Amino acid sequence: MRFERRDHPSRALTIAAPIGAVLAALIVAGLLIAIAGANPIRAYGLILKGAFGSRLGISETLTRTTPLILTGLAAAVAFRARLWNIGGEGQFYLGALAVAAFGMIPAIGALPAPLAILLCLIAGAVVGMILLLVPLGLRLKFGVDEVVTTLLLNFVAVLFVSLMIEGAMKDPLAFGWPQSVPVPEAAELPKLLARSRLHAGLLIALVMAVVVWWLQSRTVFGMRSRAAGLNPRAAAFAGVPLGRTLIAVACLSGGLAGLAGAIEVMGVKGYVTTDLSPNYGYSGIVIAMLANLNPIGVIAAALFSAVMFVGADSMSRALSIPSYIADVTVAMSLLTMLVAIFLAQYRIRR
Amino acid sequence: MSVLLDILSSVGMWEAVLRIATPLILGTLGVLLCERVGVLNLGIEGIMTFGAMVGWLTVYSGGDLWVGILAAAAGGAAFGFLHALLTVPLGLSQHVTGLGITLFASSFSYYVFRLAVPTASSPPTVEPFRPLAVPVLSDIPFIGPVLFNQTAPTYMALILVAVLAWGLYRTPLGLAIRMTGENPHAVDAQGIDPIWLRIGTIMAGSALMGMGGAFLTLAAFNSFFPTMVQGRGWICVALVVFALWRPGRALLGALLFAFFDAFQLRLQTVVEGVPYQLFLMLPYILSIVALIVMARRARVPQALMQPYRRGER
Repeated sequence: MRFERRDHPSRALTIAAPIGAVLAALIVAGLLIAIAGANPIRAYGLILKGAFGSRLGISETLTRTTPLILTGLAAAVAFRARLWNIGGEGQFYLGALAVAAFGMIPAIGALPAPLAILLCLIAGAVVGMILLLVPLGLRLKFGVDEVVTTLLLNFVAVLFVSLMIEGAMKDPLAFGWPQSVPVPEAAELPKLLARSRLHAGLLIALVMAVVVWWLQSRTVFGMRSRAAGLNPRAAAFAGVPLGRTLIAVACLSGGLAGLAGAIEVMGVKGYVTTDLSPNYGYSGIVIAMLANLNPIGVIAAALFSAVMFVGADSMSRALSIPSYIADVTVAMSLLTMLVAIFLAQYRIRR
Repeated sequence: MSVLLDILSSVGMWEAVLRIATPLILGTLGVLLCERVGVLNLGIEGIMTFGAMVGWLTVYSGGDLWVGILAAAAGGAAFGFLHALLTVPLGLSQHVTGLGITLFASSFSYYVFRLAVPTASSPPTVEPFRPLAVPVLSDIPFIGPVLFNQTAPTYMALILVAVLAWGLYRTPLGLAIRMTGENPHAVDAQGIDPIWLRIGTIMAGSALMGMGGAFLTLAAFNSFFPTMVQGRGWICVALVVFALWRPGRALLGALLFAFFDAFQLRLQTVVEGVPYQLFLMLPYILSIVALIVMARRARVPQALMQPYRRGER
């Protein structure tokens, strides 16, 4: 048995790949649900009902989709250039922390809302960028693999958040709970839907997906970052400035992850804690792969993950299946997606 | 100053070094095996989590402690097989597959754990490995309790370092493994199938990672809780670079690392006014520093991360 590369992967296969991958993951997860003694069909019905069956469900699903689109984009732009940014989680947290720190400046709270929001968003993105530029610098200067350094920095970042919210940035009115001072009212993102948690961050995330799509498919930067990923040596030979391209990619990727954290704290929570992110950074990697690194596909993949997470919460209450089943399904879909992409690109010959 | 000397001269501190080092030794040996045969295994963090869970679950449901270790090794090998299947014959991205294995293995572990103990506010405990005093040797003052009063898996880990060093450098199999990591075409030309060799070696390495995880729940602590591996797997990946892909140096790296960890733990209690988070950051920052120091000297296995397809160059 051998694998042979297809000359032109057909469009149908490229579209069928993620659908097949998700179905395969759902079947495996269905088996796990059945082993736990529940009916998988009923469980999936409850998941869909939980995610879409009510006004609250829909608004919660979309609220959850928002940070996932941004962390998914962060991973997608980096992976396209073969910059292995696994540090989305840390960038998310520091982005969120930056907003809270910025909000402590009295002048920010006194600004008109649009300006305060803009400044806080920029602060979050810039801090996310800086956290990724450090490991990229180590790679360019010393040849240190960024996979491990970005992973390790995630732990450092969360500890730093913990340090700040128990120290300099602790909210004195939180009855001793370790949480940061709240974001000033002027910097809170407006709600999209009354009496829900859905906020304008969703629109920002959607706009960013289009911006990233445009950057990648319509600009010199996009062409260069793809070339740097496909074949760095050939790209350098053709005159692509590799270092500068990677720095730009890192700014975009880290910035998006930092923005995700900033938006989450400005739109949902209002203050920073060390459980602000249920692994949004790591989920972003799965989402980017499920989308086959396509920015518009990221929106669909983020929605799928959000449906699983929100739906599994209500399903687990009804059937007493651990809600970790959502994590299992999403992680499984990453593995099945890798195989699906492979099958779309290769044919099996005997 | 005298505080530092007190810490450094205490038996407890040096005893802790070997205990903290054990999961790192096992994990680092596991990563080292995989990378020596040419495959990056970022599944380690999840495989260690699964090993920790399965080891604990086996003992919790009445199994022997060693059966728990064995179950963790088998579970690790199973996830290793999955990783190998995707990265070796299919040649998929080793980075992404490894991360996928980590995400899948850890969420699967949490799922199974929650099924086993649906409603426990505090994690249920098991009776862990007790220190095993080596006769005569453990009576030597200072050195005795530090080196010869450890739990059985710690001795096993130390023996495994020697076995692996001997196996990699003194046996034909070891030669074939190292060669596959350098030049799989040459191995194939010798009539050895690099595909199967890679699959087998990755499974063995992953079994070691699983055992490293089980040490956490069966010797270092006595219960399982989510996120307990705390990046130890990633630290092992960094330690392999520090070790320049050699088992002996891997032991050295793990011990050095464990020394700093044991030291900062004790320092936390005596140094006042420094937030504890700064101490907790140290292991991760130390790993990054080790990577920077060694990056220039690193002689990476030449075929690391390059999938092998017969007839393709």
